Amino acid sequence: MTVINMVIMVIYHIISAFFAFVLVKSIVKTKNVQEAILYCIILMPFVLRVLHIK
Amino acid sequence: MSSKWLWTIKIVALCAAGIAMVLAGKDFYEHRHFKEPVVLGPGVTKVKKLSTYFPPLKGTINDCNIYILDSGKPGGTIMVIGGTHPEEPGANLTAEVLVENAKVERGRLIVAIRANRSASTVTRPGDAYPRFYHIATDWGTKKFRMGDRWTNPLDSWPDPEVYIHYPSRQMLAYMDIRNLNRTWPGRPDGTITEQTCYAFIQLIKQEHVDVFIDLHEAELEYSVISTIVAHENARDIAAMVSMVLTGTEFKRPIGMEFSPKTLHGLSHREIGDFTDALSLLVEVPEPFLDRVRGITDEHLLLTGQDPFVMEAGKHGLLYEEIDERGWPIDVRVGRHCSTILKIAEVWSNMHLDKAVAIDNVPRYAEVIENELGHYFHNPAEVTPNRVAYE
Repeated sequence: MTVINMVIMVIYHIISAFFAFVLVKSIVKTKNVQEAILYCIILMPFVLRVLHIK
Repeated sequence: MSSKWLWTIKIVALCAAGIAMVLAGKDFYEHRHFKEPVVLGPGVTKVKKLSTYFPPLKGTINDCNIYILDSGKPGGTIMVIGGTHPEEPGANLTAEVLVENAKVERGRLIVAIRANRSASTVTRPGDAYPRFYHIATDWGTKKFRMGDRWTNPLDSWPDPEVYIHYPSRQMLAYMDIRNLNRTWPGRPDGTITEQTCYAFIQLIKQEHVDVFIDLHEAELEYSVISTIVAHENARDIAAMVSMVLTGTEFKRPIGMEFSPKTLHGLSHREIGDFTDALSLLVEVPEPFLDRVRGITDEHLLLTGQDPFVMEAGKHGLLYEEIDERGWPIDVRVGRHCSTILKIAEVWSNMHLDKAVAIDNVPRYAEVIENELGHYFHNPAEVTPNRVAYE
């Protein structure tokens, strides 16, 4: 049980890090200001999760 | 828009998001890592760790302090835990009053202030709980972490679709796999909450605990309130304590009820079934937990005053009375203190060879008269080796 939980937790953090990376990449690439601001807002919970803060 | 302006806005937006992350992250981090100083009272002879009884817990967030108050004289052993549900501050505050003040004249008293430390590092998402609360003392203000009912998801995640309790295999709500009062007797290879219960069971067995008391608070909408829930092995004590306290000390009665035999995972059921200890769970009212409450802030937490809960009472929707005076923390802790002392007295009268005599702990009327903060001592005025941290 704990091993499965640990594996899922690690995968979850990897997925969170991947989404954070994709969001940063999208911020760099986009030419739309609204999209850039929206991606910045979405980025916050992913970073806090990756850092194991919330 | 020119490329230069676009990049400027992007950088500003990223900086703003970064500042917001730092500000929010700082709050979360501070709450999770805040340490509460506990002055070791005259009765504390040793401070152990829970991992002493179950080494795999060593270094984890739930490796809580276990305070041993040993009289050095033969007698029984009573154990009290607070912080099973850290959103019920009356429990951990009472446990801390015991640690900072109690003198044990006979037998032993064992106390855990934060039984589920992990749950005290998070508040309930979406419920706007305060992160901290403050108690005025004779020497200043003392700050405490407010917590949740369940272990922090940072320490135990994901939850199953259905939580199957071990060993009964009873199906319970999914999130209760993180509820310290649904995971007794625990298991060594389970989640951190189950492991914590398993460690406490080992402690109870190794220290030959005779009476186990689990402190709680409850919403007034819930029927199990102002009561002692007793395993059948502790029914005589619970009945006597209930009658005496209601007749002599408390303005509002304290009842007693049996632990349901078919509801598993609760301390009053499993500790009685899986160890030799008598198991009791004590509830006092906490309007802060009611779903019909108004503004959810520190004032409500500490005064228990809420017009919406009062209105519910007028419509007969509550299981306990409430008026404009509310249920202040002094009253709640005072009830817990007197209940513990009375349990010790009744136990000792029934088992003279295993008596436990506890002195210097305030009773109900004293806590109300002097206020709770009077019983917390200044950590700056004692030597560092007499201060522990929760």
